[in-house]
Amino acid sequence: MLRIADLHVRLGRAEVLTGIDLDAAPGEVTVILGPNGSGKSTLLRAVSGEIPYAGSVRLAGHEVARTAPWRLAALRGVMEQASTVAFPFTVAEVVRLGLQSGIEAGEEIVAAALAEVGLSAFAHRPIQELSGGQQARAHLARVRAQVWHPSGHAGPRWLLLDEPVASLDIGHQVEVMAILRRFAQGGGGVVAVLHDLNLAASVADRIVLMAAGRIEAAGPPEAVLRDDLLSRVYGCPLRVGVAPVRGPWVLPPPIEALSA
Amino acid sequence: MAMALDLPRPGQPRAARLRPWLVALLLAAALLSVGSGAAGVSLHGVLGDLLSGQGIAARDKVVLLDIRLPRLAMGILVGAGLAVAGAVMQGLFRNPLADPGIVGVGAGAGLGAVGAIVLGGLLPGALVATLGQYLVPIAAFLGAWGATLLLYRVASRGGRTSVAVLLLAGIALAAMAGALTGVLTYLADDRQLRDLTFWGMGSLAGASWLRLIAGAALIVPALLLAPRLARGLDALALGEAAAAHMGTDIERLKRHSVLVVAALAGAAVALAGGIGFVGIVVPHLLRLLAGPGHRRLLVDAALLGAALLVLADLVARRVVVPAELPIGIVTAVLGAPVFLWILLRRRGFGGL
Repeated sequence: MLRIADLHVRLGRAEVLTGIDLDAAPGEVTVILGPNGSGKSTLLRAVSGEIPYAGSVRLAGHEVARTAPWRLAALRGVMEQASTVAFPFTVAEVVRLGLQSGIEAGEEIVAAALAEVGLSAFAHRPIQELSGGQQARAHLARVRAQVWHPSGHAGPRWLLLDEPVASLDIGHQVEVMAILRRFAQGGGGVVAVLHDLNLAASVADRIVLMAAGRIEAAGPPEAVLRDDLLSRVYGCPLRVGVAPVRGPWVLPPPIEALSA
Repeated sequence: MAMALDLPRPGQPRAARLRPWLVALLLAAALLSVGSGAAGVSLHGVLGDLLSGQGIAARDKVVLLDIRLPRLAMGILVGAGLAVAGAVMQGLFRNPLADPGIVGVGAGAGLGAVGAIVLGGLLPGALVATLGQYLVPIAAFLGAWGATLLLYRVASRGGRTSVAVLLLAGIALAAMAGALTGVLTYLADDRQLRDLTFWGMGSLAGASWLRLIAGAALIVPALLLAPRLARGLDALALGEAAAAHMGTDIERLKRHSVLVVAALAGAAVALAGGIGFVGIVVPHLLRLLAGPGHRRLLVDAALLGAALLVLADLVARRVVVPAELPIGIVTAVLGAPVFLWILLRRRGFGGL
């Protein structure tokens, strides 16, 4: 269980998060949405233990700010928004770094993680030689290897992802969503920051909509993806429709109507 | 890129085949070094004497045991120390151009050493007597430590180090340390000036067992500790945040890395003066040959650094016989082009 209570975060002089209360359950995909600067990434960084905070963030019973890095590493993997690798490590070596920091061992996990993101053929290439999207998938494989089994003897593991598909084409976006879905079905917890409302609708069990450092709405996609709410939060007239099998989808307004 | 096919594969790295070559290179360099010198004593002749049951001539014994062996041992320690200091520093700064000699850490160590030579007399006599031969290496270590800490503070933001800021900060740091060293030199009396001149020549010529032991007390523990930083430095290549997410205690890794760099660079400078570029060239070559993983790199760097410095010392002794070149000139002639090459290649990536 991830339990966040009365979370406040200051970055410099600005209070970026102003009182967040949120629970996320393993077995579910929780998607964080919100406009630029609403505090999505900050929330994820607080949950991953990267920045100091006031209030409480408990992951599987551990207060994150007071838990040793190695213990957190066995509990959750974090995919940062952008990662640059300083030396010409190969893709397999980067994935192995994730593996070594988790609690599993075994070279076959490196191979499986690479296969999962479709990079098996690139295993022995220096990661800098890959395209931006391929590099992002390599880092996803590294994070997956760190918490390969969604549920361990110490309970469920977690994936925390900050815009994991920002640089991916639509085919790979869908593949990554499938990876997150499988991880949750295996008993793991997933918290992902996304920008694409429709992608969020397709994968989320719960959507958390943020605005100006607080949670504006949280619940199942049907409850959060509403015309009035989205239009107000994003400052843009948005229409939500319902697809027969898929549930809600969001349509941006025609640009002519805006420029008129 | 055709090179990609040649990169190490997991489990069975090329480095496994590289290591025996490095050991062989070091042994060959060591034999060459012990076997040649101005006194004209050859290993060949000494072995012949031994085998014919005559025993070694007293003069030969002195040349071998008191001049050439300590010089060889010092070359090995200083070379290994400088190369590993470079590799650790590059890992810490996430930048292949960080080298103690170039970014002012050597100058900081020099300031410490000169300070100890000139101002040592002001310290309580009992302290100086206790520290003895260790005073200069310890002072150099403290100087290098201060310089590395300052440099990290200035040049690194959130685990990112810009090459430009790193090099510029290094220039400023070296200039500052150089100015203070100048003031100390101005204050020095004639006997101290003689010590300074000897020390500053950047040579292995002053090798003696006594000085060697003082330097080894810092270099050997640091060399043994360095491989324990390997996993953390590997993770740090992905950035501070990613390394922390993968379980690295970043603050501890930084503290330990800075201490190891300061001990190695400080002691190497105290023993042999300013020898540049070993710390750049050796790790760079090894990354090309065997990949950037620090587990291998830190061990291989010690071997190759030792071998290269012993060979550079051979060159320094041979070029202008019967005089010798300062070894720092030899390493600079070999190393500076490599440094420029890395810089140009990185500019291609827009990495500056």
